[in-house]
Amino acid sequence: MLIVFLVLSGGCTPNDPYRASDTGANTFYSTFFEPPKHLDPARAYSSEEYDFLAQIYEPPLQYHYLKRPYELIPSTVEDVPAPAYYDRDGKRLPHGAAPEKVAKAVYEITVRKGILYQDHPAFAKGPDGEPLYMNLSPSDLKGVDEVSDFKVKGTRELKSDDYILEIMRLADPEIASPVLPIFEKYILGLQEYSEALRRDLDGIRKERREKAGLSYNQEADEKANPVILDYRKHKLPGVERVDDHTFRIILKTKYPQFVYWLAMPFFSPVPEEAHLFYKQGALADRNITIDRFPIGTGPYMMETFNPNMEIILSRNPNFHYEEYPKEGEAVDAEKGLLKDAGTRLPFADKLVFKLEQEVIPRWNKFLQGYYDNSGITSDSFDQAVSFSAAGEAELTDAMKEKGITLLTSVRPSIYYTGFNMLDESIGGYSPEKQKLRQAISIALDFEEYIEIFNNGRGIPAMSPIPPGIFGNKDGKDGVNRYVYEWDDAKKRPVRKSLEYARKLMAEAGFSNGRDKNGRPLVITFDNPWTGADSTPMINWYIKRMRLLGIQLENRTTDYNRFQEKMLKGNFQMFSWGWNADYPDPENFLFLLIGSNSKVKYQGENVSNYSSPEFDRLFKIMENMDNSPERLKVIDEMLAIAKKDSPWVWGHHPVAFGLYHQWMSNIKPNSMANNTMKYLRVDPELRKKLRQEWNSPNLWPLAIIAALIILGSIPAVISVRRRLGRAKR
Amino acid sequence: MLTYIIRRILYAIPIVIGVNLLTAVLFFYVNTPDDMARKILGEKNVTAAQVDNWKRDHGYNLPVFFNTPEEGTAKLTETIFFKKSLPLLWFDFGRSDRNNIDIGGEIKTRMWPSLAISLPMFTLGLVLDLFIAMMLAYYRGTYLDLWGVVLAVVMMSVSTLFYIIGGQFLLGKVLKLFPISGFDTGIDSVKFLVLPVVIGVLSSLGIGVRFYRTVFLEEINKDYIRTARAKGLGEGAVLFKHALKNAMIPILTNVVVSIPFLFYGSLIMERFFAIPGLGNFTIDAIQAQDFAIVRSMVYLGSILYIVGLILTDISYTLVDPRVRFE
Repeated sequence: MLIVFLVLSGGCTPNDPYRASDTGANTFYSTFFEPPKHLDPARAYSSEEYDFLAQIYEPPLQYHYLKRPYELIPSTVEDVPAPAYYDRDGKRLPHGAAPEKVAKAVYEITVRKGILYQDHPAFAKGPDGEPLYMNLSPSDLKGVDEVSDFKVKGTRELKSDDYILEIMRLADPEIASPVLPIFEKYILGLQEYSEALRRDLDGIRKERREKAGLSYNQEADEKANPVILDYRKHKLPGVERVDDHTFRIILKTKYPQFVYWLAMPFFSPVPEEAHLFYKQGALADRNITIDRFPIGTGPYMMETFNPNMEIILSRNPNFHYEEYPKEGEAVDAEKGLLKDAGTRLPFADKLVFKLEQEVIPRWNKFLQGYYDNSGITSDSFDQAVSFSAAGEAELTDAMKEKGITLLTSVRPSIYYTGFNMLDESIGGYSPEKQKLRQAISIALDFEEYIEIFNNGRGIPAMSPIPPGIFGNKDGKDGVNRYVYEWDDAKKRPVRKSLEYARKLMAEAGFSNGRDKNGRPLVITFDNPWTGADSTPMINWYIKRMRLLGIQLENRTTDYNRFQEKMLKGNFQMFSWGWNADYPDPENFLFLLIGSNSKVKYQGENVSNYSSPEFDRLFKIMENMDNSPERLKVIDEMLAIAKKDSPWVWGHHPVAFGLYHQWMSNIKPNSMANNTMKYLRVDPELRKKLRQEWNSPNLWPLAIIAALIILGSIPAVISVRRRLGRAKR
Repeated sequence: MLTYIIRRILYAIPIVIGVNLLTAVLFFYVNTPDDMARKILGEKNVTAAQVDNWKRDHGYNLPVFFNTPEEGTAKLTETIFFKKSLPLLWFDFGRSDRNNIDIGGEIKTRMWPSLAISLPMFTLGLVLDLFIAMMLAYYRGTYLDLWGVVLAVVMMSVSTLFYIIGGQFLLGKVLKLFPISGFDTGIDSVKFLVLPVVIGVLSSLGIGVRFYRTVFLEEINKDYIRTARAKGLGEGAVLFKHALKNAMIPILTNVVVSIPFLFYGSLIMERFFAIPGLGNFTIDAIQAQDFAIVRSMVYLGSILYIVGLILTDISYTLVDPRVRFE
């Protein structure tokens, strides 16, 4: 069997998981942990989905790959749009107009001419000029399992109508876009428009149900005959078409952060031809939908979509001209990140992503050179990374020998421990309650937590705003004075002592963790940590709280019950996290405004924190451009929040990424998702090293075979003897 | 025989309904439709209106088992259980709650990778189990039998996970003979199948050998074996011709009932070797709270189990003329 196998491997290394024909190809190999649920740009809202989607679709804007702080640049449009503000009378207002005066904010967007879509059957036309693949029946689709199986394909130029259609799709009740509730608040008339589409959908369904009678099965019916809502039936005043390449988005309020959303897949163009093509029952029956087979203008297009095994994106031959950036941060040239400046993108011909749900096989295949990049899990951390005497993370000798590169970046996220501000014992805004929460914030030593549970991959948070986002201050100015002291000698913050925390507890009325009647302070801690490795984390919390004499009662539940408790406010202390949608402090500070309370408004303010002054300042801050004035307002807001301490600020995670030596142009970018076009692979070097690293070891097999043969000799002799005896 | 099969199929109907009922009870005890909606819609910015709309669009806005405000039979038919379970009877599995894919099509696609692993694993495993068990029975009472049984007990005591990780480490990483994980189609799939098949056979060897050894030992102590030996038959003929044939009933009980489950795949194996089979499909659906897939897979499992039992009964008549359908 082994000989047959070695012959079949065709001269490649026998453990090579790829076909012999792929050796030496200009392909980037990576993995995905979870199959993407949605690739419809109106619906997708997770990083697992953006990894694919962002290489195919092109929203109007994108983030500069190299520059920091993050900077928006045009993607398919002429310029980053600047809003024009108008008052109730339609009079143009200056850029810095007060938000309460602004009745309309107009973003005029001009799409660049000459941008073409990838080749796709939705654009294929017959001799009569009509779409070739409309009104398809199951018999027309014999041998068609993927979009690439259609013989005829076509393309066309990107137009403003395609962006307008996508905004309308956000309101489609059948699509159920997760960002609709956000944009209903901002885009003029979107709420009314989505309600009208909902009424249309309900009406169509009612009509179909009444026509079919009792036996009606909505799911089966809509599978065969999908509902096609007429988007043009209702007016959406928040979107205006100016001409083939220009359109306007009209907001009903001032919302400077809106431009960041224009860099997210929700605003990607969708051509009407594709919208209608994918609404055919026969295609849906074969799982050929826009949710699985995107159609875009980006550098790559979907070649194979087999989410159970692999997803392959190949170079889009119609991709418009785009260059590798010519400028970046000061250190980028030194790091070789500008070597390809001005070169046409993309570099890799194919992007191959393999489904690997288990960390051990994934890690081992990375070490064998079969994946070009890898994250580091706790299991492999010690094998990959060590810390120097100065506390700097560096690669182990084994990794250095392989020429692997380690890149780290602080993620625009925060993991925090929150208090329910509506709770009688732990919530509230009196000085005693503030001191109680401040004492707990000191006792929960997140430096220790990061060291133990995250292998040092994190930065203790001083506020909700992570490093790299406007409003975050490092050094002495950024220190949370309620939890840390600044050590001038060490030039770093030092956590306040437990004695000080105990003093705060006493001032809060809980001397040694007991109230004036001698009853112990018992606090419940809700979390969804049901994994086997969560027990040490929970024990850590209990142990740290015990240092203040507080009895922490753990209430781990499954995620559903946890969510339910948060919604109902039935908790005292909890663990939560937030990952930014865009690099603006508003996207973190809104987690603490009263109008976003989880219990009252089902928002993202899970602590239900409510400070009128904080809310007032938020309204000012959210409408300001980044400036010293804005920074001053943010400082004031953070001072209020730090004093009230609705959260133990927790930590900002640091991502560690490993790349093989044949990869170049790599720079972590936490906001951009369309970064694959910048990656360069050296396939020849990879081929050479793969062969070096993976030549098979056959001698142990020879030893095993010899042992089996030797071990079998007594048995064979014994059988012969027995048979001989039986014959005699 | 036909009457017997029809009777067994009719018996199966209440069992299948019962299994569906139990699945729905257990699933909705742990997850409410609101939980499902929140999980599927995502964790950010989910509003109550979105949750309500999702439930309405996917038919989870109805009561689970009993619709009190309705009249007559609608009290039972206008429920999640009835609406979702009835189409299963004619194998209409519907669409996934999570990503709207056609479940029937997905089962058909994923069945083949599962079979590609489980069929050779099952066949090779069975042949090896029987052969080794027979050898041990042949050498009963000797040091070979003793150490063979000890080894079998040790092998059955080790976790499957250990075999998988150990096998991937030794054969994939150290010896570099096979890809550590992955899958492909056609002839290219062979290199991916060897490692999981070898590991699968090894991991089940201990339990199989012990079981079949006991079966054979029971047979070779019977009078007809003594008679065969007395007639001067060789040990090979005694074991393979007489003992094996008469040990077929317990072997078939164990084997035939497993055959339909080969479609179902192996949950852990498929996950570790990145095999796009049905085992992985089920695990993912449970984690994602996709009731549509969970109920389809449980239903399919119950049908396969019933088919397995009927096949076992039929196979008895083929190996033992004394067994009759009555």
